Amino acid sequence: MIERPETAVPSIAQRNLEGYVGFANLPNQVYRKSVKRGFEFTLMVVGESGLGKSTLINSLFLTDLYSKDYPGPSQRIKKTVQVEQSKVLIKEGGVQLTLTIVDTPGFGDAVDNSNCWQPVINYIDSKCEDFLNAESRVNRRSMPDNRVHCCLYFIAPSGHGLKPLDIEFMKRLHDKVNVIPLIAKADTLTPEECQLFKKQIMKEIQEHKIKIYEFPDTEDDEDNKLIRKIKEKMPLAVVGSNVVIEVNGKKVRGRQYPWGVAEVENGEHCDFTVLRNMLIRTHMQDLKDVTNNVHYENYRSKKLAAVTCNGVDTTKTKGQLTKSPLAQMEEERREHVMKMKKMEAEMEQVFEMKVKEKKQKLKDSEAELERRHEQMKRNLEAQYKELEEKRRVFEDEKANWEAQQRILEQQKLDASKTMEKNKKKGKIF
Amino acid sequence: MSESTKPHPQGKGEKTHVGDSSYVGIDAILEQMRRKAMKQGFEFNIMVVGQSGLGKSTLVNTLFKSKVSRKSVQPNPEERIPKTIEIKSISHDIEEKGVRMKLTVIDTPGFGDQINNENCWQPIMKFINDQYEVYLQEEININRKKRIPDSRVHCCIYFIPPTGHCLRPLDVEFMRRLSKVVNIVPVIAKADTLTLEERDYFKQTIREELRANGIDVYPQKEFDEDAEDRMINDKIREMIPFAVVGSDQEYQVNGKRILGRKTKWGTIEVENIAHCEFAYLRDLLIRTHMQNIKDITGSIHYETYRVRRLNESNIHFSRVSVLCQSKKYFPYTQDIKF
Repeated sequence: MIERPETAVPSIAQRNLEGYVGFANLPNQVYRKSVKRGFEFTLMVVGESGLGKSTLINSLFLTDLYSKDYPGPSQRIKKTVQVEQSKVLIKEGGVQLTLTIVDTPGFGDAVDNSNCWQPVINYIDSKCEDFLNAESRVNRRSMPDNRVHCCLYFIAPSGHGLKPLDIEFMKRLHDKVNVIPLIAKADTLTPEECQLFKKQIMKEIQEHKIKIYEFPDTEDDEDNKLIRKIKEKMPLAVVGSNVVIEVNGKKVRGRQYPWGVAEVENGEHCDFTVLRNMLIRTHMQDLKDVTNNVHYENYRSKKLAAVTCNGVDTTKTKGQLTKSPLAQMEEERREHVMKMKKMEAEMEQVFEMKVKEKKQKLKDSEAELERRHEQMKRNLEAQYKELEEKRRVFEDEKANWEAQQRILEQQKLDASKTMEKNKKKGKIF
Repeated sequence: MSESTKPHPQGKGEKTHVGDSSYVGIDAILEQMRRKAMKQGFEFNIMVVGQSGLGKSTLVNTLFKSKVSRKSVQPNPEERIPKTIEIKSISHDIEEKGVRMKLTVIDTPGFGDQINNENCWQPIMKFINDQYEVYLQEEININRKKRIPDSRVHCCIYFIPPTGHCLRPLDVEFMRRLSKVVNIVPVIAKADTLTLEERDYFKQTIREELRANGIDVYPQKEFDEDAEDRMINDKIREMIPFAVVGSDQEYQVNGKRILGRKTKWGTIEVENIAHCEFAYLRDLLIRTHMQNIKDITGSIHYETYRVRRLNESNIHFSRVSVLCQSKKYFPYTQDIKF
């Protein structure tokens, strides 16, 4: 028996097991549950048009998110900044991932680009707000996580440094979402130019105190070494391509130029593999955690502080968060009742409309029948009249004929009478 | 055909009719012009315009380091080309086969850096108009020099960023305004970003957009003088915009030292026409169409400017009288703006 030490702060004593209990199986249970549930990840890509964002997304996830029949935002230049989202479900090894790609066509394309970051900020805030509301509801069985987990910012490979637009955008977004800056179309730069450019960018990022996504330090030394290597390469210079080319008998993805092939997955040519490993294979969960714990909490505390400070929230929220759960329930019940009433009213309306329609239809058919009846009657009468007419004619004819016959008979009688008279007269003489 | 006894050397296939009574000798004027031109030399001014970071300054260096003049420019190879912040003119006197040329390349700072890029074309337009102004002032001077130094911008190379999709609104705006005052030659900058298919597609898209927006780039269709011109220019119009790559660093390839860019997957040679079209651009500008460009600048763009300026100054002086008159005849109309 181990005695409990009498300390003010209860410390967790470490014990060794003498046998197999089985809770080493916990990770497996978590794993199985998560696999069943599936994962969600929302990735946002921001940058001027023509920097290869769509190509990079296609290369990262090896699918054609934007194919020929569903052309992405790259094919059209927009006048204002839009925020477009496309969801895709990909499965690999039994694990399914609901990937949402948020694209921002029109960013930085206009002549005057002031406030072109506003739609992006609004989008991110609205997603956080949705999550906040969903979290505060009483009934929160389904809480879809649509918050933006990571924002890839594409820097044009000018070779000089960051543009004022880049700096402005990153400053405004670095405390709302994980920002990972990338150098787009890195096959424009020779290795020396690339190094210089990266150094310049990092210097400017530090100057302006922009907090890009930091890789967490782990206890594992090996991992730490890898992480340090990645940190040295920031910002990552990427090249995207989904076209498979044959090089020295091997099939690789790359871009074919007259002077050579720039391979996408070759670590010496560009940092694409680093990005992919970091984003998908090792740090996806960390990105989600940071979004949840840091950015979302920032948003939440700011939002709630605003509410409690003012007493009245200037922006309307579906559920007021300062009320007690009972009041919340009352509120929900009221909502529900109202919804029911509305539905009822609607159904009644629909019902009445249907009844009216049916009545109308019946009336119509009745009128139709009446009309037909009238018509038939008229027809019959006409026929009757005709027949009458014919009969009259016939009678007339008959009368005529009979009269004629009588005349003829009379004539015949007269003729026979005169003949008899003549005969008698003849006989006398 | 007998041998000529005249003192000048034979030109390109000149016929000599010594003793031919019908020969006057008018075609000898070509030879006289040639000699004079060789003595005088030529001037040519090129301006490079484009967004920041597209390689304009590098291309300027490439132009001089290439076969135009290798010896005159010896920059420090370690020095990186810094960001241009003001309009710089670099002039070089080049001589080739007895012909002297003063080639000036005007390097401009990149525009389109700011968040709000309205009116970013103002400084460039102002510079071009200033050059016209200088020439005009010299021309209307009472005691003017025998040969007015020509600093007018003859040709403006506009750099289009290699997005691969279409022209940006900023480019369209800029080119539209510039094409009215100067000859524009659009080029696709940093063309090593695009594969050959992407390059063709991009060129087609650009040509369509230029046509749709009514932007007349050099060679302008309306200035084609005859069928031969039209044929040559049509061929050029098929290739516009040229896809160029600039570099001022030399590398060893196949035993030769050439200008290029070295990457991990290959070396891009600037003067190799299979890689990029820099050679075509240089030939167009300097070898074949230089005189034509200068003519168009002188006779059309400069004249437009001159007419506008002289009208302005006329109206400025007689504006008061015109206004009075207009008020008399049209008492109810608004103030007429010129």
